[in-house]
Amino acid sequence: MKEQKGIFRHIDRTLILLYLALVLIGWVNIYAAVYNDEHASIFDLSQSYGKQMLWIVTSLILGLMVILTDAKFFNAFAYPIYGGTILLLVVVLFAGKEIAGSKSWFQIGGFALQPAEFAKFATTLALAHYLSALDFDSRKRKSQIIPLFILALPAVLILLQNDTGSAIVYASLALVLYRQGMPGSILLLGVAVAILSIMALLFNPYIVIAVIGVLLLGFAFFMRRNMRNVLTLAGIFVVASMFVQSVNYAFENILEFHQKTRINVLLGKQIDLKGAGYNVNQSKIAIGSGGFWGKGFLNGTQTKFNFVPEQSTDFIFCTVGEEWGFVGSTAVILLFLALIVRIILMAERQRSDFSRIYGYGVASILFFHFFVNIGMTIGLMPVIGIPLPFFSYGGSSLWAFTILLFIFIKQDSNRLQLV
Amino acid sequence: MASRIYADRKIVIITTFLVIGFIYLIRLFYIQVIDRSYTLSANNNVLRYVTQFPARGLIYDRNGKLLVYNEAVYDLMVIPRQVKDVDTAEICRLLGITAEGYHERMKKARDYSPMLASAFEKQISKETYGYIEEKLYRFRGFFVQPRTLRKYPMSIGAHLLGYIGEVTPVQVGKSDYYKQGDYIGISGIERAYEKELRGIKGLKIRMVDVFNRDVGSFENGRYDTSAVMGGDLYTGIDADLQQYGEKLMANKRGSIVAIDPATGEILCFLSSPGYDPNLLVGRVRGKNYGILNNDPIKPLLNRAIMGQYPPGSTFKMANDMVGLQMGVITKNTRYSCQGPGSSPIKCTHNHVSPLDVYMAIQQSCNPFHWQVFRAIMSDPNYENTKQRYDVWRKHLMSMGFGRKLNTDLAFELKGNLPPSEVFDKIYGVGRWNAMTIRSLSIGQGEVLTTPLQLVNYASMVANRGFFYPPHVVRSVGNEKNKTNFGNQKNVASINVEYIDIVIQGMREVFEGSHGTARAYKIDSLSMAGKTGTAQTSSGKDNSNFIAFAPVETPKIAICVIVEEAGFGSRWAAPIASLMIEKYLFHTVKRKEIEENMINANLLNN
Repeated sequence: MKEQKGIFRHIDRTLILLYLALVLIGWVNIYAAVYNDEHASIFDLSQSYGKQMLWIVTSLILGLMVILTDAKFFNAFAYPIYGGTILLLVVVLFAGKEIAGSKSWFQIGGFALQPAEFAKFATTLALAHYLSALDFDSRKRKSQIIPLFILALPAVLILLQNDTGSAIVYASLALVLYRQGMPGSILLLGVAVAILSIMALLFNPYIVIAVIGVLLLGFAFFMRRNMRNVLTLAGIFVVASMFVQSVNYAFENILEFHQKTRINVLLGKQIDLKGAGYNVNQSKIAIGSGGFWGKGFLNGTQTKFNFVPEQSTDFIFCTVGEEWGFVGSTAVILLFLALIVRIILMAERQRSDFSRIYGYGVASILFFHFFVNIGMTIGLMPVIGIPLPFFSYGGSSLWAFTILLFIFIKQDSNRLQLV
Repeated sequence: MASRIYADRKIVIITTFLVIGFIYLIRLFYIQVIDRSYTLSANNNVLRYVTQFPARGLIYDRNGKLLVYNEAVYDLMVIPRQVKDVDTAEICRLLGITAEGYHERMKKARDYSPMLASAFEKQISKETYGYIEEKLYRFRGFFVQPRTLRKYPMSIGAHLLGYIGEVTPVQVGKSDYYKQGDYIGISGIERAYEKELRGIKGLKIRMVDVFNRDVGSFENGRYDTSAVMGGDLYTGIDADLQQYGEKLMANKRGSIVAIDPATGEILCFLSSPGYDPNLLVGRVRGKNYGILNNDPIKPLLNRAIMGQYPPGSTFKMANDMVGLQMGVITKNTRYSCQGPGSSPIKCTHNHVSPLDVYMAIQQSCNPFHWQVFRAIMSDPNYENTKQRYDVWRKHLMSMGFGRKLNTDLAFELKGNLPPSEVFDKIYGVGRWNAMTIRSLSIGQGEVLTTPLQLVNYASMVANRGFFYPPHVVRSVGNEKNKTNFGNQKNVASINVEYIDIVIQGMREVFEGSHGTARAYKIDSLSMAGKTGTAQTSSGKDNSNFIAFAPVETPKIAICVIVEEAGFGSRWAAPIASLMIEKYLFHTVKRKEIEENMINANLLNN
């Protein structure tokens, strides 16, 4: 009894409350998104909202189980857990069920399980384990390659399942590497390459080059105009222009037609009726029509008319925006930011490298989902189908995010122990 | 702890996260609070998605006369959940409905969906629409959607054009295009060319204020698409000829089909009794359909492609051509009308005997054709009757009998020309012979043909051995965009020399001193034809006739069937002759015959 008390005493209540708030708000919005008059009870198990309640209850049980597990278990068994999920990712390629074009589900009886969701915490564990090992030395070539391999392996397997969105998530763990000492310029370069590639595909390359030129001229205006700075800026301009041109060339001349179509749809550039562009328009209309105070609970017309597809999963934020307006959207965004910042602050107070690195991994993954998912619904990001953590309907994602978070909560509660 | 030196990087990371979160908040503030097009909706006013229904394509006859066009009407739509504080009595008064009617309609709409628009009252006339439009702002939750209705200026060609009606739930389920309440071609060329005629739907997003007033397009119409009208159909129909034919067939049961043999284009296609196609349009469609459907003389039945008639004597040339082709007779072969050889089919006419194929066609001599059939069925080149029958049938099928002709009209039937297995089943294998199936020689017994097959057969003879599938539409969208029937040449397995022999016989039907249609020869025109008086199960004979003209360069082939009317030469032949005159000369000089035909009432024969 005393030990039990000890286990719960150091649990971070703020994080638990933030988690519960997000899960419950998510549930209420799923109810509003798919509400129909004939099944008005939020506990109706024939509807998504009734099922989500089951996922929430089981998630809480899973979270409790994680808390009750010995904290050292996750560090010690990081590789076996990682290996197990990698195996599942391979098996699902052969034995999986195809849903909406992605072969990423195991059908077990009445419900479907998506191993890609669970690979997120498994990979984070493995990464934390590797980076926190005593013999880790970031100056060695080997130590630089292996973390990338740990990230790339699940990403490639998930790409093979045709689930591009979930694969890109692993790129977010680069933030962990950055926190561990990877030069910031690499991260900047990566971000620049990503932004330039998207711009090159979205817009006319000459316009993109012109914009780069204007931006660099702006920099030149504020910088000291000595020879070295001017040459650097000129060099950046030449390299960026060539990069834009070659991305464009590669897209036009190397890719097959269907690959081009997929990229265009991903970027929202090509509108087929049920494709990406349509979703974003409808999503913006729904959120935009919410106004300052929102239309009120169950009064959202856009989401309820089914104009917004996937409204209970990837586009759940539309319901928040439409029914709760700017006030509600702001509340949800602040809750997410509070959760993520809280995790980072908690990570920094860890004495164990493993816990801190893992904490950063959790924050990176949650932030990336938040960033892409909400950005997509308000038309600032391309349509990449990944869920909004704790919010979107779905058992696999809720379970996996819960485990991801609760492993960190457990590590944190254990921070005062000797490492 | 080496990593501690990078601890200040948490500031960079947290700052980045917060900046992105802040950008998102600004963006949300912009689209939710600042952007006007969204704030209007924010006051709980709903964007209205108004489908822009394309007008269906028009249908023209071969001379550019309009057969079908569209007229604007309006549907009063309702979104039940948005109905608030509406003066129901006022609506009832405007629409001329009762309070019960109002609640009934509302319940139906709510059952479909409380949040989606459904039609409250369909096809409101322009006048009523005028009244409603003025007061619409007081009826929250109601709005008006323009639609179009089919109109038939000449009131002809009902069976040919077909009609449109609302899609069934099954059709909605099977297609991405149709929504409940949409219209679809149900029969005739409206059905066959549905995809070409229907066009592309558009969508307009409108914004409305709290008073249900239209306050403009959403985001300046950025998401709007306009409807694209359906493609027009250019048919080979001659509207004047069609109208004339319908007049001639008034108060008679039967069918007329005429074809331009050179192309296979249908010039006239009618089934009698017909009906005014305007009856099956709009609000009156349901009621009128019920009346027509229950009428014992079956005006809805498309006899031209679904009526399967015994061809009677019109079939005889087909038999002769097969005999000539197989070499069992020549143009000089003569058979006697009397004596043991002609039994059991006896001659009903008084004429010279024995006679040759020319005379036999001219005078429609039954025993001669029975002898030809018997000669075919005992051709020594084959082992048994079954083989000979199969060869005979194959030749006939090459002329278009016993199979569908792949026309562009829906629900075409294939008549009957049974395969030999059927006789094996009825009589037993090897236990049937020419005698058993002798009726076939004179177009009676098992053989059945549709009027379309008969006219196609006349057209094949006129062409000296080939035909294109008979079809209504020659081009779609614009006159240069031809349908592909011209690529589907069907060649009959009969040599030209033999076809010329029967054509000579068919000429003498008009020109010979004993020709069965000699009374209906048009001066200065070479004509070929054949009468048929077909026995039916009712005991009354059908009056049949096929013909084509001019013989040298055929411009028209025609088939006329008048049910239970008696001799072919009495009704079908004069009607066919008048039709030919009308088509080739545009005016009919033989007023007396014309009047007799128009005025005859044969419905109660």
